[in-house]
Amino acid sequence: MGLVGETVDSIKSIQIRQLLTQAIRLGMIVTSALIIWKALICVTGSDSLVVVVLSESMEPGFQRGDILFLHMSKDPIRAGEIVVFNIDGRDIPIVHRVIMVHERENTGEVDVLTKGDNNPEDDRLLYAKGQLWLNRHHIMGRAVGFLPYVGWVTIIMTEKPIIKYILIGTLGLLVISSKD
Amino acid sequence: MHSFGYRANALLTFAVTILAFICAIASFSDNFSNQAPSAQIQILNINWFQKQPHGNDEVSLTMNITADLQSLFTWNTKQVFAFVAAEYETSKNTLNQVSLWDAIIPEKEEANFWIQISNKYRFIDQGHNLRGKDFNLTLHWHVMPKTGKMFADKIVMSGYRLPNAYR
Repeated sequence: MGLVGETVDSIKSIQIRQLLTQAIRLGMIVTSALIIWKALICVTGSDSLVVVVLSESMEPGFQRGDILFLHMSKDPIRAGEIVVFNIDGRDIPIVHRVIMVHERENTGEVDVLTKGDNNPEDDRLLYAKGQLWLNRHHIMGRAVGFLPYVGWVTIIMTEKPIIKYILIGTLGLLVISSKD
Repeated sequence: MHSFGYRANALLTFAVTILAFICAIASFSDNFSNQAPSAQIQILNINWFQKQPHGNDEVSLTMNITADLQSLFTWNTKQVFAFVAAEYETSKNTLNQVSLWDAIIPEKEEANFWIQISNKYRFIDQGHNLRGKDFNLTLHWHVMPKTGKMFADKIVMSGYRLPNAYR
């Protein structure tokens, strides 16, 4: 096929200087993306900027595959907010709504109970054994914005890793063989 | 410069940029809607009021909830999540919020409603401080958009009081 022949030809004719320029250009793009990412994390105050909705526990509001933008401020946590939290011992964050708040007098420490909109019961079953409440340090951020469907890319890449390898392989090939 | 690859790439980039722009504008337009929701909650009956075996107070009550949330719906609204919470203060906690009932309103027509029910979620205190307690009932709403920024607000209704003795 013409495309394969072209690619093979262009790989054969690579010079060192051109290759290095390409590599540096690629490095610049990757590092500026990283700078923007870290700056946004600083601005929003939360460790992860976006989460992908993985379960149907918040339907019909959030479907599987939607992405949520997070923001974490020092404001106290109040009932009705949609928070993203991690349970000790599990690495997948959960996005549910706060239904109960007990805030202590002087320390500002808070006990919080959450529940998914579509779940019949509150989240005590999901918490670690013996844990009845969430505290502030469990909570990674509040959901403030929402984009539908965009998260499917991440879900597909996580559930079928072969697609991730194909994608990265193709991108690598395109970078090497382009003559810009 | 005129190969299929370049053209497809340019088209895709342009399409994604335009899509992102449209989502941002749709979300921004939500700022211009006039929102004037109203609500009223009446407590019909305190069904029972007991101290649980592990020491926490629990109340069961029947409420009459009337609300008109139609003005919250814009063209960019997917659903409105409404819930009623009881708010009160105790000697140990400066603020307690307990959600008693919630509902998902998917369409504007369903946002003008009247409902009489007992509390969907258990009203349990952290402790046994509820006797004779004054509390507020708040109706919160959370507007979930088709795309973009989510809005939330509430109406606070005060003047409710729990009985002085268990029953």
